[in-house]
Amino acid sequence: MNLPDVPESAHQHVDLPGGLTLDCGVTLRRLVVAYRTYGALNAERSNAILICHALTGDQYVADKHPVTGRDGWWEMVVGPGKPIDTNRFFVICTNVLGGCMGSTGPRSPRDDTDSADPPRWGVDFPTVTIRDMVRAQKKLMDHMGIARLFAVIGGSMGGMQVLEWASTYPQAVFAAVPIACAAHHSAQNIAFNEVGRQAIFADPHWHGGRYWEHGEVPERGLAVARMVAHITYLSEQALTRKFGRRVRGAQALAPFGDMFEVESYLRHQGSSFVRRFDAASYLTITRATDYFDLAEEHGGTLAAAFARTRTRFCVISFSSDWLYPTSESRTIARALNAAAANVSFVEIASDKGHDAFLLDEPDFHRALAGFLRGCAEHAGLPP
Amino acid sequence: MTVPLDPVRFVAKNMRLDLTLIAAMIEPGTRVLDIGCGDGELIDHLFRTRGCDARGIEIDMAEVTRAVAHGLPVMHGDADNDLSQYPDGAFDYVVLSRTLQAVERPREVLRQMLRIGERAIVSFPNFGHWLVRWQLLRSGRMPMTSVWDRPWHETPNIHPCTIRDFFALCESEGYAVEKWLAVDEAGRRAPWRRFSGLANVFGEQGLFQLRKA
Repeated sequence: MNLPDVPESAHQHVDLPGGLTLDCGVTLRRLVVAYRTYGALNAERSNAILICHALTGDQYVADKHPVTGRDGWWEMVVGPGKPIDTNRFFVICTNVLGGCMGSTGPRSPRDDTDSADPPRWGVDFPTVTIRDMVRAQKKLMDHMGIARLFAVIGGSMGGMQVLEWASTYPQAVFAAVPIACAAHHSAQNIAFNEVGRQAIFADPHWHGGRYWEHGEVPERGLAVARMVAHITYLSEQALTRKFGRRVRGAQALAPFGDMFEVESYLRHQGSSFVRRFDAASYLTITRATDYFDLAEEHGGTLAAAFARTRTRFCVISFSSDWLYPTSESRTIARALNAAAANVSFVEIASDKGHDAFLLDEPDFHRALAGFLRGCAEHAGLPP
Repeated sequence: MTVPLDPVRFVAKNMRLDLTLIAAMIEPGTRVLDIGCGDGELIDHLFRTRGCDARGIEIDMAEVTRAVAHGLPVMHGDADNDLSQYPDGAFDYVVLSRTLQAVERPREVLRQMLRIGERAIVSFPNFGHWLVRWQLLRSGRMPMTSVWDRPWHETPNIHPCTIRDFFALCESEGYAVEKWLAVDEAGRRAPWRRFSGLANVFGEQGLFQLRKA
């Protein structure tokens, strides 16, 4: 097992009654959603912010990760006095459906057998969509008694969930902040995901998806998938600045050893990733992002996804992001205009690529904080 | 004018005078789109003092960032490319201040403004001002004044017009001029309100409120 040490039950979670019927038609009889919260819900239950994590993120937004021991992935943005101020807002982040940090996913025991000790779902876990992920989150909000979220915020795949929230539950979202994302995956996005998936399939430890039964993990394949993906998260400028053509050690012209610094960096990214992520989850979630097409869910017109919306939107992109370029965000902003929605749209100048939304970008943080402050005023939240 | 109570806000005392004149044309509680809104001074003012649902479009990304960081609904975009998406009649007023002369297709921009908005409020520097005429006549070179302050090869003002030109355009496009006035560079109202010929000589800027006739 590549995710040792932390049993699923160790994650804060709730077993939601009634299961969940997925877009693919399958009903999950057991729906567990793992989550973290920060700050306090006010008496009116009006100050809740849902943060949606990215493809390989998880619910540990602003506290120590139980597996890696590292700081939360958005500590810079979420916390007391931070742009998403936990002194003011009650922040929730869930592990997505299909994930591997405690929510129902390929690592969960099958719920469609009568066995007392059912096997894990593995690759038989049903296909999930971004909308399924959002439905699972909505169930948790209902469980918590939160009828309307003050804001839903997320970057990358998290941004897709934000769009889906605003479209599927418009009454339940006062403000929406889709960051560095798109309303559908381009052929290029799908292509990069497919390289990652094929790398996993090609690993001899994959065993046709039955790697658990063999006590093995397709580590190499998953690491290569992560390496390819990681390249798409960075800009050429960022890679050049970090590594250039610098060579490690003095072994000139070694054929295949660790030679260029960028190589060993990527290998490190790959090998540390497999210690915290599951291959079947990676397949499930990348598929969900590929299937996502918000316009198609609404007769081919993106604006129709937001018809008559009252939600206030802030669409944010980064100038050097080539995975979800600004043009994708502009498409979203224009569709929102066509729906006469209240929309702010800003492209943050950064040379850090897609990853910029996770990094120290003062303009981004100022814009996010200001947008939330303005919305709080409109929502009548006490300062 | 009501002075907002919140002292950190940047609009209160220093708002450009022509924006004050524009704000005075706008009915409280209406929906407003300000094209070329800069850091959002006017829309903030309209929200705070008139309860308007005011939004902005701005081409300069640094200004957009500043506006959004102030909590204002501003999006990056420009008059030539970002009006066609809006549905018909989405706004009560669409404002274009000191920008008409810099857009690529002024006539199309006006058409879009009056498609998506009930009324258009437009201000522009008047190329018919006596100083501009005098400079061209005397020196035979492109005029440089405090309003037209960039050399011809650097100016973003690719479609200058005069107040009379604008009246003529409104007539040919079938727009009713509901209000108009000439103002000086600081935005102070000039006394030529009844005489467009005088305004065209002495007004540094024209300010118009239009609707479809």
